[in-house]
Amino acid sequence: MSSPSKALPAWIDVGVIPLINILLAFFVSGIVILIIGEDPIEAVKIVVYGAFGNDYNIGYTLHYTTNFIFTGLAVAVAFHASLFNIGGEGQAYIGGLGVGLLCLALDQYVPFWIILPLAIAASGLFGAAWAYVPAYLQAYRGSHIVITTIMFNFIAFSLMNYILVNVLIEPGQMSPESRDFLTSAQMPTMQEAVGWFGIEIEKSPLNLSILLALFSCTFVWLFIWHTRWGYAIRMFGFNENAANYSGINTQRLVVGTMCLSGVLAGFVGINEIMGNHNRVMLDFVAGAGFTGIAVALMGRNHPVGIIIASLLFGTLYQGGAELSFEIPTIQGEMVKAIQGLVILFCGALAYMSRPTIERIFTAIVESNGTAKEQTNG
Amino acid sequence: MDDLFLLLLSTLDSTLRVSAPLVLCAMAGIFSERSGIIDISLEGKLLAAAFAAAAVAAVSGSAFVGLGAAIVTSVLMALLHGFACITHRGNQVVSGLAINILASGLTVTLGGAWFHKGGQTPTLSGDARFSPISLPGSDFLAEIPFLGTIYVELISGHNLLVYIAFLAVPITWWVLYKTRFGLRLRAVGENPQAVDTAGISVTFLRYRSVIIAGILCGIAGAYLSTGQNAAFGKEMSAGQGYIALAAMIFGKWKPVPGLLACMLFGFLDAMAVRLQGVALPGIGEIPVQFMQALPYVLTVILLAGFIGKAIAPKAIGRPYVKER
Repeated sequence: MSSPSKALPAWIDVGVIPLINILLAFFVSGIVILIIGEDPIEAVKIVVYGAFGNDYNIGYTLHYTTNFIFTGLAVAVAFHASLFNIGGEGQAYIGGLGVGLLCLALDQYVPFWIILPLAIAASGLFGAAWAYVPAYLQAYRGSHIVITTIMFNFIAFSLMNYILVNVLIEPGQMSPESRDFLTSAQMPTMQEAVGWFGIEIEKSPLNLSILLALFSCTFVWLFIWHTRWGYAIRMFGFNENAANYSGINTQRLVVGTMCLSGVLAGFVGINEIMGNHNRVMLDFVAGAGFTGIAVALMGRNHPVGIIIASLLFGTLYQGGAELSFEIPTIQGEMVKAIQGLVILFCGALAYMSRPTIERIFTAIVESNGTAKEQTNG
Repeated sequence: MDDLFLLLLSTLDSTLRVSAPLVLCAMAGIFSERSGIIDISLEGKLLAAAFAAAAVAAVSGSAFVGLGAAIVTSVLMALLHGFACITHRGNQVVSGLAINILASGLTVTLGGAWFHKGGQTPTLSGDARFSPISLPGSDFLAEIPFLGTIYVELISGHNLLVYIAFLAVPITWWVLYKTRFGLRLRAVGENPQAVDTAGISVTFLRYRSVIIAGILCGIAGAYLSTGQNAAFGKEMSAGQGYIALAAMIFGKWKPVPGLLACMLFGFLDAMAVRLQGVALPGIGEIPVQFMQALPYVLTVILLAGFIGKAIAPKAIGRPYVKER
């Protein structure tokens, strides 16, 4: 990502320019909807209603949001060390395997409050392990993290396919899925949780994992901006040589950062496997790892931005599903196209509008300046 | 013995068919990356081109018009990549990823709206497809025992695009190593400052490289949907763009080793189909998933420096900023 050339006030850099980029992405998406002969305004209405119309829909929206917070944080942490972790998809997949194996092994013997911390640890550990190899190869063998994490995504798909088809499949079943977990290994749904306080909502996949997501946001914020390790990571991301020269063990830093990234991605397993499906199955990540890249770019690698961006993508995923139901000409894949456009405009073309904004801003400042001079003189 | 020979021939025959799009994409990747532009968008260009070819061929009834549409589409995506990476100096990996996701979303969105088949295009037949070509002399050469069989079974009987794919390799080699353009292209991937100092436009050179990559991916896409298959299907590129990327790296960014890597990965794929459910003596049954993962595993091992050393072009991934 190219660095800003001239100083603009922070509110333009963090506020106005990202907003323009996201509007550009939505504008082009609107054109696509026009091309296929539908009304974009109508589509937006359906998406918003589909995502927030009732507590069932909100539940779905927040469930997706939870996934995207995890994968968005994962990408962001790596980005701070200027490492590009495209492997969130695979790390989340393997993280889910960790959760699944633990739940399948223990759910008959121990209660929920023992399983939960172990499952969180397992998801993180498995996710981190899947990030460890590419990180090690980058740090110690000089191979490129982008390529290796892409390769590891595909290796994860094959591995999970093999494990589900040959090992975890429930005997006598056709579809490659494990048996259902017992209730001791099921994360309480939000319906149950608010039920403890006497509030009634409809059942949806939303579960208590969202608290883990919010906790992770706080943790990442504290870690990146308020610890020595976070400082080292940002310094490394800013200037590798300076970090090296100042005595930081950069190889260990690369491995450590990527492992933390893998831990965060692995938490998707908690939300999906323990919180939603309650069994191990194929393709439960469903692209959340890639969406995390869009989320991190849009949220500018900051937890607050990531929460906002995740909510936006949660809205798009849930609302988009409703949209393809209401208007059959618009496929659910439209959301993917929007996601691609967001990555394009907020990532690759992030600074496209900057020179224009800069010119406008300087013009305004100068005209204000001359106006002041005239009144003073 | 004869059976084994024929089995081998048919495996090699499908190796050629499977590796043809990989070869085209790998050559595309070589052009782009040797000029210093990372191209993980091979996958997206391939998918978009496959859709364009099948959609236009279905409407026009001509495979060649479809091929043209595929090339145009793929070049447009390449230009978008160039616009982001060369003109706006954006992150090349991010741009490539954006194109891949965009292609995967747009193809199904547009296909679903235009053909009402959930993202599929209508089935093609007749002139709307590239059909197998019998090379001259197949009839009487078939009489010759060994070489004749090879000629008829293996070399003859592919469609036009397969031959183009394999011709693309010597052409790529010739352009890269024997022309002035190729010399400059390689130089701009290693040291753009030097090229700029010599008075050659880095921007124009890199744009031409990504356009060539677009053309090659376009042909590969047309092959997928109008040659190898008879329609476009959702996500039909199925990671082949990434396999080609892996093959290009495996071939150390060089045309001929790249070709061999593509053939190796294609052979693994062809074997995976044939070995399914077959127990090998002493090894037992090889899981098909293992064969599918093997290209990626091999590439990782190579990148880790355990099989020789893969050295990327020096200036790859770094946008060029003209000094003021």
